Amino acid sequence: MKIHEYQAKAILSKFGVPTPRGERVLDKESADRVAKSLGTPVVVVKAQIHAGGRGKAGGVKLAKSAEQAAELAGQIMGMTLVTPQTGPEGRVVRRLLIEEGLDIRRELYLGILVDRAVGAPIFMASSAGGMEIEEVAKANPEKILKETINPAAGLQDYQIRNLVFGLGLDAGMLKVAVPFFKALYRAFIETDASLIEINPCVVTGDGRLVALDAKMNFDDNAMYRHPEFLELRDTDEETPLEVEASKFKLNYIQLDGNVACMVNGAGLAMATMDIIKHSGGSPANFLDVGGGASEEQVKNAFKILLSDPNVKAVFVNIFGGILRCDVLASGVVKAARDLGIRVPVVVRLEGTNVEAGQKILRDSGLNFTVASGMKDGAEKVVRLVGVAGPGGAR
Amino acid sequence: MSVLVGKETRLIVQGLTGREGSFHAQQMLEYGTAVVAGVTPGKGGTKHLDVPVFDTVAQAARDTKANASVIFVPPPFAADAILEAVSAKLPLVICITEGIPLLDMVKVAATMKGKVTRLIGPNCPGIISPGKCKIGIMPGRIHKEGNVGLVSRSGTLTYEAVDQLTRLGIGQSTCIGIGGDPIIGTNFLDSIRLFNEDKDTHAIVMIGEIGGNAEEIAAEYIKKEVHKPVVGFIAGQTAPPGRRMGHAGAIISGGQGTAADKYKAMQAAGIKTVQSPAEIGETMKKAIG
Repeated sequence: MKIHEYQAKAILSKFGVPTPRGERVLDKESADRVAKSLGTPVVVVKAQIHAGGRGKAGGVKLAKSAEQAAELAGQIMGMTLVTPQTGPEGRVVRRLLIEEGLDIRRELYLGILVDRAVGAPIFMASSAGGMEIEEVAKANPEKILKETINPAAGLQDYQIRNLVFGLGLDAGMLKVAVPFFKALYRAFIETDASLIEINPCVVTGDGRLVALDAKMNFDDNAMYRHPEFLELRDTDEETPLEVEASKFKLNYIQLDGNVACMVNGAGLAMATMDIIKHSGGSPANFLDVGGGASEEQVKNAFKILLSDPNVKAVFVNIFGGILRCDVLASGVVKAARDLGIRVPVVVRLEGTNVEAGQKILRDSGLNFTVASGMKDGAEKVVRLVGVAGPGGAR
Repeated sequence: MSVLVGKETRLIVQGLTGREGSFHAQQMLEYGTAVVAGVTPGKGGTKHLDVPVFDTVAQAARDTKANASVIFVPPPFAADAILEAVSAKLPLVICITEGIPLLDMVKVAATMKGKVTRLIGPNCPGIISPGKCKIGIMPGRIHKEGNVGLVSRSGTLTYEAVDQLTRLGIGQSTCIGIGGDPIIGTNFLDSIRLFNEDKDTHAIVMIGEIGGNAEEIAAEYIKKEVHKPVVGFIAGQTAPPGRRMGHAGAIISGGQGTAADKYKAMQAAGIKTVQSPAEIGETMKKAIG
């Protein structure tokens, strides 16, 4: 799960990570009030969206007075920011963070994540702060310092010294870096974060380290341990169909094609998208209905798939191991009747009770196209989309 | 004609009396797997499916001479179940559970260093040596005894590939589902090394996914050490970056872990790659002549 910068900073500061003073606002009047109360010569107006690259897109501005801060807030609020991480459609700004301006001497990058190859957390640091870390990794991999953390021992002082001296900071900075880095690591562990990035972490003129920006993602598998984080979810940042699908606990990701697919299993679902593309079509989504999908769940899945106006045909690709083909076929027939599906549906069933499943489809009197394999199914559905033509489906 | 599991395997089912554990234990028994014990704390001394139930893995291992365990316990308790099996010094533990918190697996990985136990999974379908032993949730009947080793991060996509092989008359020595999580016990490299050293495995199928670089690491090894034919497929060629595609580990992050990179590494290693998942079987058929 992703959260906003202002939410991440609130959590991190509870763990003792220094962050700039500031407040989240929703309108220019509050921006004016917060800017006045901060009382610094410069305040920063920052758009809050779940994507990086906000600065370059015009979502982060400096103001020299409260009036200017209010004016900038008015401009940025409601703006559609297009960054490399938002996709071409961009994101509408609905929240702002007003913060004190700081006297910045240096910008650093700090990050913690789990290194999947090692199976342990790593603390990363780079002197190239403020830049996209992926770019640094490509152009100057030697500029990224890494310390692998033994989870039983935790982040050690010597590891922090390795990082601090590696960054070219002087020994005097250790007294602020040690508590800062340890607080960051503690926040990572205790919140079940999957990623923390402080980019940049700044060295101020008066010798402090401050998290100027903050990004935190949480491990979805661990959310049951942190029910309080559920209210941090901002559904404005997700596509409406994905929000709807999540209510049914369906694993759905919307894409920009026109062939909807419904598959059991994540690997097969990805492979189904691939084979649609391979057959000359374009997948409209990723959808894993899971191993224990009921009739009701199949119907919910169809509802979501068909709510996407781009969809011109549906490809159901099921390899029944635990999931029985007859159960799935009944679900498909019921959904088609109840929802009045008007786009062509190609069904490929394989596995447990496949004959019974195919009989249910045949006997339904509905116009399903039965496929004899994954390749056959993909080719048939792509052909049907071609026949349907632009906008011809419904 | 198999690796890791066979006729000699004596299995404990952790979570035997639960809904999932019970259903799949029944299926495994029907396949012919020697399920010798179940573990459910508080139900020790009873029997379930005619299999003796113990309170702890240590007791079950001691009393039944079991040498493997399969875990069907819910995510909040699964890491503990793995460590219990590790502590009982079982040589092989297979964890089917999906949805274990990542930091729980970090602890498991750290604790397992230097221990005798090999872990398969979590978030995996299990392992099967057709005709001998099935441990996990895969449908047994699609398999056929033979000489192709298969390793995959996926469940149903593995069944798809196995089904293609079997229909072409190509049997399997062992099929290992290594799991779709970021931190797993046995990886591609481990599995392929086992297949390479097994004289009854004559060819290998590897089915990868976007995310991480385990496929690339295995490809390096294959390039240097493997002379058996290898067929490879990567799922997620059309997956958008930054999105978790169902499996927790299937995510392209920071430009890393793309299907294109993995294909490149596999091709450089001489692996016969297929872009379409429907061509895995046919390609293997050609490769082994």
